[in-house]
Amino acid sequence: MLETRKANGEVITGSVRLIHAAGMHARPAVKLTKLAKKFQAQISVRASDAAEWINAKSVSKIMALRAARDSIIEIKASGEDAKAAVAALVALVSADFPDTDQ
Amino acid sequence: MNDTVGIVIVSHSQDIAKGTADMVRQMVGSEVKVAFCGGNPDGGLGTSVSLIMDAINNAWSPKGVAILVDLGGAETNSEMAVEMLQPDRRNLVVVCNAPIVEGAVMAATEAAGGSSLDEVRAVAEELSAS
Repeated sequence: MLETRKANGEVITGSVRLIHAAGMHARPAVKLTKLAKKFQAQISVRASDAAEWINAKSVSKIMALRAARDSIIEIKASGEDAKAAVAALVALVSADFPDTDQ
Repeated sequence: MNDTVGIVIVSHSQDIAKGTADMVRQMVGSEVKVAFCGGNPDGGLGTSVSLIMDAINNAWSPKGVAILVDLGGAETNSEMAVEMLQPDRRNLVVVCNAPIVEGAVMAATEAAGGSSLDEVRAVAEELSAS
């Protein structure tokens, strides 16, 4: 389920299954966006079958993703902290968007 | 401590204003200051310039404050409240052209990342553009 690899150049990719009962609805979208914004890297995501990559730091676009339960979320990032960003986002989704103190 | 843009919610209804603020706090978290006001001082529907000014000052941040409003009077009274702020604060407050609930959640999410007032406003207003 968790797979990160270093592709050509600086692009780091990962993919993770969305286990949230309601899919990617509002609260998970806010959590994903907030986490993405903590990194400098450019981060894009897409639901497995989508053609288009969307900016992981845009809450309105993530909310509009409407990914259903059990879809595969693909994440790619480039930049200094791309590896940490992909790992953190994969962890967030695979842990089903836990509440944090922050 | 990192400053984040503050959010003010202005509705004709106290219940809507409070409910929207609750949604923002629960969905986005407590790192963004959120203040709200709704209803007139008699407890009826309406908005009040002085209550809006109090809310702006409560949510104040050196990065500025973004206001989300519902209908007509909420917008005009918010603009009036901004005019009546102390001069050095006026240019750091914007009234967003965005739906109140969605705009507040999106704006607060953007603000939580440390974005500028212009960026926060742009994110809220994306909702009206499409």
